[in-house]
Amino acid sequence: MISRREFLQASVAASAILAGSGMGNWARVAAQQALTQDQLLQFDAFGNVTLIHITDIHAQLKPIWFREPEINLGVGAAKGLPPHVVGKDFIKMFNLTPGSPEAYALTYEDFSILGRAYGKMGGMDRVATVVKAIRAERPNSILLDGGDTWHGSYTSLKTRGQDMVNVMNALGVEAMTSHWEWTLGSDRVKELVEALPFPFLGANIFDAEWDEPAFDPYKIFETGGVRVAVIGQAFPYMPIANPGWMFPEYSFGVRQERMQAVVDEVRAEGVDLVVCLSHNGFDVDRKMAAGVTGIDVILTGHTHDALPEPVLVGETILIASGSNGKFVSRVDLDVREGRMMGFRHKLIPIFADVITPDPEMAALIDGERAPYKADLETVVGQTESLLYRRGNFNGTWDDLICEALLSERDAEIAMSPGVRWGPSLLPGDPITREDIHNATSMTYGQAYRTEMTGARIHEILEDVADNIFNTDPYYQQGGDMVRIGGMGYAIDVSKPIGSRVSNMTVLRSGEAIDPARTYTVAGWASVNEGTEGPQIWDVVEAHIRKIGTVRLQPNTSVVVSGA
Amino acid sequence: MKFSRREALGLALGGVAVTMLPVPALAAAAEDAIAAFTGGAAAGTGGITLTAPEIAENGNTVPVSVDAPGAVAIMLLAAGNPTPAVCTFNFGPAAGSQMASTRIRLSKTQDVIAVAKMADGSFVQASSTVKVTIGGCGG
Repeated sequence: MISRREFLQASVAASAILAGSGMGNWARVAAQQALTQDQLLQFDAFGNVTLIHITDIHAQLKPIWFREPEINLGVGAAKGLPPHVVGKDFIKMFNLTPGSPEAYALTYEDFSILGRAYGKMGGMDRVATVVKAIRAERPNSILLDGGDTWHGSYTSLKTRGQDMVNVMNALGVEAMTSHWEWTLGSDRVKELVEALPFPFLGANIFDAEWDEPAFDPYKIFETGGVRVAVIGQAFPYMPIANPGWMFPEYSFGVRQERMQAVVDEVRAEGVDLVVCLSHNGFDVDRKMAAGVTGIDVILTGHTHDALPEPVLVGETILIASGSNGKFVSRVDLDVREGRMMGFRHKLIPIFADVITPDPEMAALIDGERAPYKADLETVVGQTESLLYRRGNFNGTWDDLICEALLSERDAEIAMSPGVRWGPSLLPGDPITREDIHNATSMTYGQAYRTEMTGARIHEILEDVADNIFNTDPYYQQGGDMVRIGGMGYAIDVSKPIGSRVSNMTVLRSGEAIDPARTYTVAGWASVNEGTEGPQIWDVVEAHIRKIGTVRLQPNTSVVVSGA
Repeated sequence: MKFSRREALGLALGGVAVTMLPVPALAAAAEDAIAAFTGGAAAGTGGITLTAPEIAENGNTVPVSVDAPGAVAIMLLAAGNPTPAVCTFNFGPAAGSQMASTRIRLSKTQDVIAVAKMADGSFVQASSTVKVTIGGCGG
């Protein structure tokens, strides 16, 4: 097999910018001149089939900032392995140059400075340019979308996913799988799927009542004389991590034995290549790759990891293409005699200031946004702090949301879900209504206010922690730890469920949380039907309007050990 | 149908009940039930496939299936339930296959166990941990 770090070709020509060296406009111009679209797209074509993979776009049509995690702990067998490597360790592992465009795209350090130098990333009009260029060079390409596409923005919420469907259709997606799509409700999903010009795959989506497959498990593509089976694997923990009452007809699950059966079925049909388009999350895919025989390529999703090289598990390669439109993966494959003989891969970073927008797609996107322009552009306040979310524990966006909940809902403790979506804002940026929606948009955004005992809060933290730090990936749901405001705690991620979380403390008073006492708790994104409260984006907007400028203090309320 | 505890919890992050405790060692009641089924004989592994979800979507109705070619009887247990014995499937000589599916209620995270009695009087056993969780918040 051939594995080459094509991604690194970009950094050879681009001069690295040293962090903290006093960035001015000249630096940005220099950075952009150093990078060219041709460099980003440069690829020595290989083999006879190309897979183009995008995933977890979260409805981000326009370029965004997206800071990669500062903390992304792996447990058990995954400890220290990609994607559980961040910052300097990531730069070292993949031989990147600190301060380079790749370091900015893939790691968190000096994010604000490098962000100003290299500009935003993503934008579906830029993605369209890249996809078109690859297709022009490689007619035998298959464009696959890993899901979490129809959710995550103001316009996707208002149009109930229609804006994203229109954009992805124009992009020419050939198959997709799903996760947050289901939070539009099963009726809406069915309506959108019926009109899709490509299959909505999910080998693991079953009818809940009859326990029978409910969606197409795979599609066989014939391209350049090669038969490629693409098997879809939807997010396995759908009714647990998201509101099951919105799609009660369906059951999900990893269903490893089902995946093996489907692989065996397509192999028996004589396909040359088996690709799994997955929304399992990386660690789940790594385990599934070891447990299922006959998959050549897993296009991973859900956990938002961006890796410049494939991870090999046996004879299966795992591709991690990031999130929010920041990257497009190109995987060239040499498929002969019914098997994969070799591959070449590049994680193409979508530098928005370097890649020319595709004019047709840009016009389509602007058209989708036009009816909401005034709302999208409404400036609610400013931020002097870097606002980000991604990471195992509190991000600054979450700190801001928790502060809003504590203040606006008059609560002692706030809880905010540990989702991995939500782009960043740099210090000095205005905060628009669109920005708030990018961090909060969902179909169950009601901000509740309730009472819980200290013991119950502890149970919740333990339960969520086990969904992230269980050493068996099949018991992990992806996502990050629930974010807490007004309370600190210690967590030993190496312990089993029930004994990870300790030292729960009320921050304001410094008193220990009393298991028997009742606390007022505000939160949002309950999966329970009938949850009442104002929408979280309205709560956050009201808070920001009152404070005017966001200035967050470093949050040291979570003490992590056992990593 | 919902657990009463779930209502309050659902307001926080929502979802299914219930336990935060470590999965306990095999409950004595389950051990007793297995011993009664096997007559105290040790159960081997292999030749029996137990299929259950890793995480229950609804603890009140968890689909479980078991397949043990050549078995004359298969006992199914939920080790952490107040009454662990779920059911025993008996297969006559005319049975085309020795597999069965059912749905069981699980009160909390626990091991589901299947013990098969083979035609030669030996026993094989398989178990699978099913987590009953509040639910996290996926990416």
